[in-house]
Amino acid sequence: MRKSRQLKPVANRTDRIRPSDLLVFCTARNEGIRLPYFLKYYRDMGVNHFFFVDNDSTDGSLDYLSRQEDVSVWATHGSYKRSRFGMDWINGLLRKYAHGHWALTVDPDEFFLYPFCDTRPLRALTDWLDASTIKSFSAMLLDMYPKGRIDAQPYVAGQNPLDIASWFDAGNYAISRNNRFGNLWIQGGPRARAFFADTPERAPALNKIPLVKWHRRYAYVSSTHMLLPRGLNLVYDEWGGEKASGLLLHTKFLDTFGQKAAEELKRRQHYAGSTEYLAYHARIQHDPDLWCKWSEKYINWRQLEILGLMSKGNWA
Amino acid sequence: MTIGIVMLVHTAFDRAEQVARHWARAGCPVVIHVDRQVPKVTFQRFVKALSDLPDVLFSRRHRCEWGTWGLVAASQDAAELMLDRYPRLHHVYLSSGACLPLRPVAELIDYLADRPQTDFIESATTADVPWTVGGLDHERFTLFFPFSWRSNRYLFDRFVDVQQRIGLRRKVPRAITPHMGSQWWCLTRQTLGAILSDPERRRFDRYFRRVWIPDESYFQTLARLHSSNIESRSLTLSKFDFQGKPHIFYDDHLQLLRRSDCFVARKIWPHADRLYRTFLSDSQSADARQAPNPGKIDRIFAKAVDRRTRGRSGLYMQSRFPKLGWENGATSGPYSVFQGFSDLFKDFEPWLARATGAQVHGHLYAPARAQFAHGQTVINGALPDTAALRDANPKAFLTNLLWNTRGERQCFQHGPHDTPGIIWHISRDPNAQISVISGAWAVPLFKSDASFADLRTEAALLQKAESAMLDEIRSPDVKARVRVWTMAEFIEAPMEPLQLVIDEIGHRAPRRLAEAPVMQDLTGFGQFLQNLKNHGMHPYLMGDFPVDPAPRNAQAARRKPYLVKN
Repeated sequence: MRKSRQLKPVANRTDRIRPSDLLVFCTARNEGIRLPYFLKYYRDMGVNHFFFVDNDSTDGSLDYLSRQEDVSVWATHGSYKRSRFGMDWINGLLRKYAHGHWALTVDPDEFFLYPFCDTRPLRALTDWLDASTIKSFSAMLLDMYPKGRIDAQPYVAGQNPLDIASWFDAGNYAISRNNRFGNLWIQGGPRARAFFADTPERAPALNKIPLVKWHRRYAYVSSTHMLLPRGLNLVYDEWGGEKASGLLLHTKFLDTFGQKAAEELKRRQHYAGSTEYLAYHARIQHDPDLWCKWSEKYINWRQLEILGLMSKGNWA
Repeated sequence: MTIGIVMLVHTAFDRAEQVARHWARAGCPVVIHVDRQVPKVTFQRFVKALSDLPDVLFSRRHRCEWGTWGLVAASQDAAELMLDRYPRLHHVYLSSGACLPLRPVAELIDYLADRPQTDFIESATTADVPWTVGGLDHERFTLFFPFSWRSNRYLFDRFVDVQQRIGLRRKVPRAITPHMGSQWWCLTRQTLGAILSDPERRRFDRYFRRVWIPDESYFQTLARLHSSNIESRSLTLSKFDFQGKPHIFYDDHLQLLRRSDCFVARKIWPHADRLYRTFLSDSQSADARQAPNPGKIDRIFAKAVDRRTRGRSGLYMQSRFPKLGWENGATSGPYSVFQGFSDLFKDFEPWLARATGAQVHGHLYAPARAQFAHGQTVINGALPDTAALRDANPKAFLTNLLWNTRGERQCFQHGPHDTPGIIWHISRDPNAQISVISGAWAVPLFKSDASFADLRTEAALLQKAESAMLDEIRSPDVKARVRVWTMAEFIEAPMEPLQLVIDEIGHRAPRRLAEAPVMQDLTGFGQFLQNLKNHGMHPYLMGDFPVDPAPRNAQAARRKPYLVKN
């Protein structure tokens, strides 16, 4: 609650929000180059309003965002780390503005994918979830990467990052259950394979629950990995069936990554003393290629469904 | 002669208006019931929007909560109004605001005109259908339901419990036999009129008012009383999911709906612009449609229910993580684990690959790395060979490997050196075929040049590990197909057990093995074992090997391998 006071409204257009609007919440820092495509992607999906927390950007993102008609943006100079990696800020905004709305909380490099997303808008999904009295929707983080050096193809603003980072690991994910919060703990993918081969327990968590019919009593506990109350984390079936789920295509690994990793190392504002970035940095220096012979090239959500990375559940 | 349409509407009024206009355009009078929970302004706006159509009427409003009497009362009033105002109707069709006509209205009118005496209403006795949600079938008719299922589930359930325990029963009126079915019917004027003007109607209404989900049983039951010709099916296409909730149709179902033989579909998503545009356009002619194939619709929705309730065997993912024992198959397909074979035979793995056509790995759980087939360091699904990643979750490694390679039989070697934790999971998996030549780990030691003291220590460790593993695969709850031979037993007649195991893998048509794997030269092996014994380490898992073996007779009595679990 206190942390949300660090936020300074720069453009508050929340008075335009209608009761049934679909909302996106996002924290960004120097992601200006990604924002045009990010906004387009989610607008096309049917998102009505965006909430941004700009954490001290120096690349003009704040200006850019405050010019968008469907964006409300707050600025903060606060510490990303001490706001629990931005979650305190986002939780504050969710509590205040998202009550009764479907809220999608994503990073600027995450692209939400759900069953039938090529033929049905996001509202079809949220209407169906409402009708099924489902309040939270799982979307595992799927790390995407280019073939070849990750810095080989320069990304330009407005471009679909999946044109460059179009490969992924199809069947390399280990799951265990977190008994404290009832959520699943998923690790694996190219980051575990390339950066954490000897310290698998430190590999980043990939389980995410980004889409929630928000209630002011709810809160994200750690990033969007888990929520309170615990019942919201039961996005998986335990009796053999499959619940519907989506994916967050994670396009972190573009040419912008090397620079980002170096910068984050300097700031030391990330999880667990930024060990993740240390590991990336070490690897990227000598072998910046995540691609392997068994990498899969992204086609569409149906491919990902067949591979078992997401599920239609009983949505047909 | 024409038909009348009753529409129950509570939301998406713009769509309801479109559909009402469509019916009216085809000359069908429409009576609309709007849920009383809808705000007055919204209702009046809706009435006004349709005020230009003289044959669209609005009936008395009732409060319609799911599963309650209100829906029946609404249908009754609307139907009464319809019969009263339009004496020339021969059929009345009950539909909802989320229904969409799939075929030209004229076709429906002709179809019903050809069957003037037929009532289309799905109607079955409770004993014969598995439709019900929550386990209440005949009890719908014999218990009391004063609490709302939607908003007060706890009290609803408790009160049902109490009644079941104390045996509280309502009396079903003598004249009727409870039937149920889809609430979307199409009844003849005669039947509908008879139901509504039945002298006993007050008594029936009083009874059904307290029945659970009466809209699925009131007309379904009373039609049996009054109709001379019931065709027990609904003309409305309506698919239900595993919780009894209707599936919703979207734009991408267009081709599917075109192939339906039903006249009306529900529920349509209100934003499915393309469906509304296509099916409500008058230009939609009969020949634009394809041959009906309702089976395809059934299959798609049946598959969705199956996916939601049973899922894909062997898949562990973000939204499917079954509890132990609820996997519907712990792994995605059969696989084989061999222990001791690659110690006893030279080049066992390539031989096995040739004999079975399966993908044959080395020791997947070897201490240094997973030995994937053909020396690969990464395999299908980008699964790496790293020992630390594998051992962080040995079960996930196996289920991943099998899921990633589904469709291709997998075989791998195991041994007393390897990650022990996985054996528990493998032995409880009915997909696993485990074949063990016990004590064969001594062969590499026998061939080794290492100092005898080291070999002795090693032998003791391996024997202990293998013994623990054998205990595991012999425990009573093992579900894998397990075979264990002692090494002595096995080498007496090696082809017979090999043939057995390979036939069971069954990739190729069963035939005699043309080529035998080459066994290691075991001359002096008996002496080697004796030396271990002389140093106080008693190897026993390989069976009895004489120190100075007499020449073996190939025709010696063959012992059958024993099968621990079939």
